[in-house]
Amino acid sequence: MAAETLSTTTDRRKAPVLDVTPPRPRGALEDPVWVKALVMAAGLGFLALFILLPLLAVFAEALRRGVGAYWEALVEPDAWSAIVLTLTVAAIAVPANLVFGVCAAWAIAKHRFPGKALLLTLIDLPFSVSPVISGLVYVLLFGAHGLLGPVLREYDIQIIFAVPGLVLATVFITFPFVARELIPLMQAQGNDEEEAAITLGASGWQTFSRVTLPNIKWGLLYGVLLCNARAMGEFGAVSVVSGHIRGETNTMPLHVEILYNEYNFVAAFAVASLLALLAIVTLVAKSLLELRYGAELAATRRH
Amino acid sequence: MAGFRLHGAAASLAVPFRAERSVIPGFGLTLGITVTYLTLIVLLPLAALVMRPYELGFSGFVAEVTEPRVLAALKLSFGMAFLGACINALFGLAVAWMLVRYDFWGKKVVDAIVDLPFALPTAVAGIALTALYAPNGWIGQWLEPLGIKVAFTPLGVLVALTFIGLPFVVRTVQPVMEDLDKELEEAAASLGATRLETFARVIFPTILPALLTGFALAFARAVGEYGSVIFIAGNMPMVSEIAPLLIIIKLEQFDYAGAAAIGTTMLGASFVLLLVINLLQRWTRRWAGI
Repeated sequence: MAAETLSTTTDRRKAPVLDVTPPRPRGALEDPVWVKALVMAAGLGFLALFILLPLLAVFAEALRRGVGAYWEALVEPDAWSAIVLTLTVAAIAVPANLVFGVCAAWAIAKHRFPGKALLLTLIDLPFSVSPVISGLVYVLLFGAHGLLGPVLREYDIQIIFAVPGLVLATVFITFPFVARELIPLMQAQGNDEEEAAITLGASGWQTFSRVTLPNIKWGLLYGVLLCNARAMGEFGAVSVVSGHIRGETNTMPLHVEILYNEYNFVAAFAVASLLALLAIVTLVAKSLLELRYGAELAATRRH
Repeated sequence: MAGFRLHGAAASLAVPFRAERSVIPGFGLTLGITVTYLTLIVLLPLAALVMRPYELGFSGFVAEVTEPRVLAALKLSFGMAFLGACINALFGLAVAWMLVRYDFWGKKVVDAIVDLPFALPTAVAGIALTALYAPNGWIGQWLEPLGIKVAFTPLGVLVALTFIGLPFVVRTVQPVMEDLDKELEEAAASLGATRLETFARVIFPTILPALLTGFALAFARAVGEYGSVIFIAGNMPMVSEIAPLLIIIKLEQFDYAGAAAIGTTMLGASFVLLLVINLLQRWTRRWAGI
């Protein structure tokens, strides 16, 4: 192999002056300039094509007919009720999964018990299920021809094609976010501080609120942030259970679909631009958290 | 992004298989809540799905999922998800390498923006990609004279599935690349290996498990994807109709059992993928020593 480095093909690339000196130590791990250029071009080009352009397209299309048309599409009553519904669904689903996530993390990270690996896999399950299937399962349970459909009809309870169905589907989709963030974080932090608090006479709740919570608050916020973004933006699962009743069971993503299918592109992209803004805010907040509290989140970032 | 890693499982395997008493209280309560909530929200509804095709009988189930339109949809979903994951493996590797090894202006922004497909609602991605690749769109108008049609063809499905799987490879390969032992590369270089040889024989084998994990995650996500695809696909039966859309069509026709049959098939595939990803991640941890 030593002979190869002396071959003319590699020599040709180096400046003749450098040939007489031994290779710089820094240079040994440096990629040749043309490789660097190629990788940068491939990487940046790929990201520009698949991320930057779609993002720009959303805002360009939304503002195509000017700010007036943009604004009109957002203050229209159906758009408003979609925004309110989206916020309502997220306001129920996120806290529910927050409480679940903290409980799951406390049980799994602070205690030892058989079947832990299985429980972790089951918590992850909603991530590997198609969004459409997440909606389908509730239709099969609560729909008119579903398992519990006849019972629900008797008591006049509507779950599918109504708000409860939207909430259930959203909870399913965002189920693992907070738990997934907290479990590795709390595992990495260990039990020492909590054990000290208990030994000193603190109650379980005091230990959690004064010792554990301050330790995990940034991880918790991180999980809630991602959970919320997904809850507000979910499309496939809610599309199955919503029934697309305008002004009643239309969340923002579903409203985007309806407007788009009616060829009302400016309005569709205007509502979409709000969701894109939400995504950008989420990414900025997430990056800030990673920058400032990277060390505290490190346990989760590393795996 | 955190959610898509299956850590902790390996760590808990080392624990002896018995419950241990801990001084930390609340085990019964929190585990009780966890298991109850998990059962009600996830396990029971999934059981309802898996049980449903039974009314078709086994032969009915097979007939349902081997119907030409269903087969074509499954083939499209799995085939395009596979191709999309391949594209992501290649370019994701370049993006990860660029972010870990090179310094350039605006690197932090580029790093953050990689996660956009996780954060951007799929319906928004769907209409944005359609606007770009439609025959009069920013990209579509350049492809049209070349005779390449993207929007409303299977190629459009590929574009959407590539978008949706983009962050997975980058985010699984990146931490492993950051942990690479540079001394090994120095040793290889001082022993006379060219940069290409060092990459192929020292670096690549170390990041391969992570690359495959990212590939599998991107593939798994793309197979079930719905929102970003339906706008750009055109949804022509037998040509550009994906499997999740077929589930919705069957539901709208009140063919619950048929929808459940396709759903169960896709769920089965997800389980197999989950298992593969789990094994790959265990392999990654062993290689990378995390």
